[in-house]
Amino acid sequence: MRRTKIKSIGIHALLISCILIISLPVILAFIISTQNEAQVMSYPPGLIPGTNMVSNYVAAWNAVDLGRMIFNSAFIAFGVIIGKVSMSLLAAFAFTHFEFKGKNILFGLILVTLLLPVPVRIVALFDVITRMSWIDTYMGLIIPFWASATSIFILIQRFKTVPSELIDASKMDGCHPLQYFFKVLLPLTKSTIGALVVINFIYIWNQYLWPLMATNSKEMRVVQIGIKMLMSTESSNNWAVIMAGVIITMIPPLLIFIIMQESFMKGFALQSEK
Amino acid sequence: MKQSTFNNKYLPYVLLVPTFFILIVFLFYPAIETFRLSFFKIHPWTGVGKFAGFYNFIKIFTNTEYLRSFVLSAGFTLAVIAGGLFLSLLVALLLNKKIAGIRVYRTLLIWPYALSPAIAGALFNFLFNPANGVLCYFTGIRTWLTNDKTAIIVVIIAAVWKNLGYNIIFYLTALRNVPGAALESASIDGAGSVKKFFYITFAFLSPTTFFLFVMNTIYAYFASFGLIDVLTEGGPAGSTRILIYHLYKDFFVHSKIGYAAAESLVLFSLVVGVTILQFRTAGKKVHYQ
Repeated sequence: MRRTKIKSIGIHALLISCILIISLPVILAFIISTQNEAQVMSYPPGLIPGTNMVSNYVAAWNAVDLGRMIFNSAFIAFGVIIGKVSMSLLAAFAFTHFEFKGKNILFGLILVTLLLPVPVRIVALFDVITRMSWIDTYMGLIIPFWASATSIFILIQRFKTVPSELIDASKMDGCHPLQYFFKVLLPLTKSTIGALVVINFIYIWNQYLWPLMATNSKEMRVVQIGIKMLMSTESSNNWAVIMAGVIITMIPPLLIFIIMQESFMKGFALQSEK
Repeated sequence: MKQSTFNNKYLPYVLLVPTFFILIVFLFYPAIETFRLSFFKIHPWTGVGKFAGFYNFIKIFTNTEYLRSFVLSAGFTLAVIAGGLFLSLLVALLLNKKIAGIRVYRTLLIWPYALSPAIAGALFNFLFNPANGVLCYFTGIRTWLTNDKTAIIVVIIAAVWKNLGYNIIFYLTALRNVPGAALESASIDGAGSVKKFFYITFAFLSPTTFFLFVMNTIYAYFASFGLIDVLTEGGPAGSTRILIYHLYKDFFVHSKIGYAAAESLVLFSLVVGVTILQFRTAGKKVHYQ
């Protein structure tokens, strides 16, 4: 008995030290974001929180118009999510609830897109967006991301577990497939949709390369690019202000991740089964 | 058992129209067009192209900077995979113990998953800044990011740190699925916990390890772009300029469209390679069940 107790204390201690090591970069960033300029410049580096927190966060917010960037990132993320989730729901419904000619070929084509992440088609994608005059617009940052193999697969995994009796019963009642889709299937899929929202929010919010290339005006920049801009604006290497900006930009995805963690974990489990 | 289906001739196609419209315009066409452009010499200003056969490929593969970047990317990726999978498996094994408060521990250990590569880049830039970075101070070395031999180490640490949460989530899910019966019968046969881990747990974890191998390869080759752009901008002296950064520079900064298309094709063959590997090893899953 005693041995297991000691063992469990040991595990707690190990876990807590892991947490400290993993969190250390953010803890230190937070500490410096509260310090005044003298403390920031001190050597050896000071590890005690200062009293300049509010003014540093205000300075970061104003230095690169973080408010506008946060709005852009959030707007783009939700624009992608709405289109992607609805289109993936329809596609997954077609693949799981119907038999039709060319089903395997069409599914194969969706499979192929796993081989085509943005960087391998970026040269011509940039050209397509340019010709559509979508450079520096929300459309260029949202619409190319509406089709997704991963989201379709996750939904297919979920739809496959729906009992056949429900489909048979709907057919006997003379229910149109779309009625079944909206009234029976969608309510059963809520938690999977929740998982897709979190996964895609984090994915889009954290994107870097495409927004860097597809935007050029200050008004259209997203938060990830804002971090780099903040670092070059604060030329005196005022780490307090830079880290304040970094902490502001990490809050939205972290909040969504923590609030929706349970449904997110379920969705991830489905992903590794593909 | 097969699921029941609806009988409707046209509806499934209608349902697939939106997805395929986007796929054709923004995925298939650009992919094919990039493939085509890789065989053309394109004027940077007029955009006029001339067929040039393998010219672009010969050019990039005789460029020592590109070759260096090629080797660098492979080494960087292997380091990210080795470091990331090892550390995350250790943490996942700890998290798999039956103790109080495990959900809180889990959240506190995986949350960096929600942070972006660019944020990881900014954080490690701060920790290793030559003036008074905390980690420079504690290691007694100020030149971590300014020395072309050590900058890549910082990039690797930052990349591993950022992806730990992702890897832990998958290892933890896999550990939960290791059947207790197999472990029990091993105990009856007198296997110690170390033996049990290597013979049983490790075998059950191998599909997840392969999956994570592929996902981490893609992550290291592509997603680490933001991290590198914020942390080192590919420097010092090109020592952290991995392939994707090279491609970005050639395309976006120097307007070498033909080269960039050829470089895209190199990255594409890499994705094809690891994906084939994944499908081959996915077959092994059956073996263990």
